[in-house]
Amino acid sequence: MTCLPAPGAKKLGLVIDLDTCVGCQACATNCKEWNTSGHSAPLPDFKPYAAGQEGVWFNRVHSFEAGEGEAGRTVHFPRSCLHCETPDCVTVCPTGASYKRAEDGIVLVNHDTCIGCGLCAWACPYGAREMDDDQGVMKKCTLCIDRIYNENIPEAQRQPACVLTCPTKARHFGDLGDPDSAVSRLVAERGGQPLMPELGYNPVNRYLPPRKKALPPNAPVEDAPTPMDIRNPLLRWMDRVLSR
Amino acid sequence: MNPAPSIVFFTTASGAGYGLLFWLGLLRPLGLVPGSQGFGLTALGLALVLITAGLLSSTAHLGNPQRAWRAVSQWRSSWLSREGVAALGTYVPAVLFGLGLLADLPGLTAAMGLLAAAGAVATVYCTGMIYASLKPIKEWRHPLVVPGYLLLGAFSGAALLAMLGGFWGDGAVPAVLALLAGIAALVVKNAYWGAIDQAPPVATAESATSLGFIGKVRPLEPPHTETNYLLREMGFRIARKHAEKLRLLALAAGFGAPAALCAFALLVGGGMGAAALTLGAVLALGGLLVERWLMFAEATHTVTLYYHGS
Repeated sequence: MTCLPAPGAKKLGLVIDLDTCVGCQACATNCKEWNTSGHSAPLPDFKPYAAGQEGVWFNRVHSFEAGEGEAGRTVHFPRSCLHCETPDCVTVCPTGASYKRAEDGIVLVNHDTCIGCGLCAWACPYGAREMDDDQGVMKKCTLCIDRIYNENIPEAQRQPACVLTCPTKARHFGDLGDPDSAVSRLVAERGGQPLMPELGYNPVNRYLPPRKKALPPNAPVEDAPTPMDIRNPLLRWMDRVLSR
Repeated sequence: MNPAPSIVFFTTASGAGYGLLFWLGLLRPLGLVPGSQGFGLTALGLALVLITAGLLSSTAHLGNPQRAWRAVSQWRSSWLSREGVAALGTYVPAVLFGLGLLADLPGLTAAMGLLAAAGAVATVYCTGMIYASLKPIKEWRHPLVVPGYLLLGAFSGAALLAMLGGFWGDGAVPAVLALLAGIAALVVKNAYWGAIDQAPPVATAESATSLGFIGKVRPLEPPHTETNYLLREMGFRIARKHAEKLRLLALAAGFGAPAALCAFALLVGGGMGAAALTLGAVLALGGLLVERWLMFAEATHTVTLYYHGS
């Protein structure tokens, strides 16, 4: 059913810290690693060892320059499905393969009924959906639905693969529908932003803005040498005599 | 957007087929086209061949064409699904219309002709809405997109009906309609192209990254060195100068020339007129292929903000 469910209380999503992301691509790599054998497996790669290789990835890390001169910043920017509250990728689907879960807001594709028409990818402003040309069906981030509810792995690991692997803890997972959750508090404290809010998709994921750059410190003052800086005893004696 | 040949052919052929079905179903009960059984069946046959070829072609771009039947299920939310329902539904009155022609039942023919005409309008309207409902593509969100699809379907259908009418010795009414629709198409497409050139972007690299508070945002490093599905499908770009030439070609050869040929045929009539109407129909379909190719090639998707910054 591609009509959207009534908005639920639970809105699982990611909060991505653009201040601490170093653009290492670990999240993209671990995403591919987990998901190529998970819910949407496999994620194909074409010509993997030759020129022109390409494949399906749920997470792509861009780098941008913002601002000019001293105020300018280089910002690493991971891009993945934002699990929007009103996603057109779901409502345009002609078969009902694309759907949004009522219980936690995760947007998924049923690969058994997808016809691979590609209309959902056109309807997504964020480029979150990629066609699997091997199976002829659309694939996308599942928010690691096969990890977060997986009782066969230790509780601490029941998080999306991208979040677990981030070496700078720039990625956070939680319920953005609960104002008291850790992710919601983080968004409130740091002023987390939605992407392209003007299009009206109401994305759940939030991006924490880079912190203001510290003012450049004053030029270091060179210390005047003290008698103890003079290692040679003869020169130290001369310095003492001449300083009188 | 990538102008996939199967979709360009589908919207052109089916649009012309539904246009032809619309005018035939509407004009035949009114006695404004040749009333012979041969003309009616030929025109209906051509319409159904164009519609069916287009619909079959549209399944060629599917990843799993054998599941295409599932696409009629989500008519509550999806314009693509509604198009499928309308397209299949229109076959029912169209086939009954043909049976009415075969059995020479004027009452059934008239009723089914009008129903098929309504179905044709509904289907082409849904086709237009598939594109017009996509928020990330400003060129398709434009209010002239749906009228454009309806008008161009009516234009190409009238040109085909005029051609067939010319073969049967009376293509005057459809020729007048094709002439008027051709001029209207010229005006509407010209206005549409002017409008999309001026239209502000629906989003910016700044809003796409939430980094606008720092300043102007520009891509520094792409996430991958080779291409991917997003860039092939949504990042298709053509040189601006080609677009200008192709627009002129579509306007002059695709809409203007067929309209002029219809006017010429109305003046001279006879065999010469039929030849002019045939050439006009061929030019109209060729012009529509160019227009449809541009419709895709000129469309820009917001995902390119992440890759190209614009």
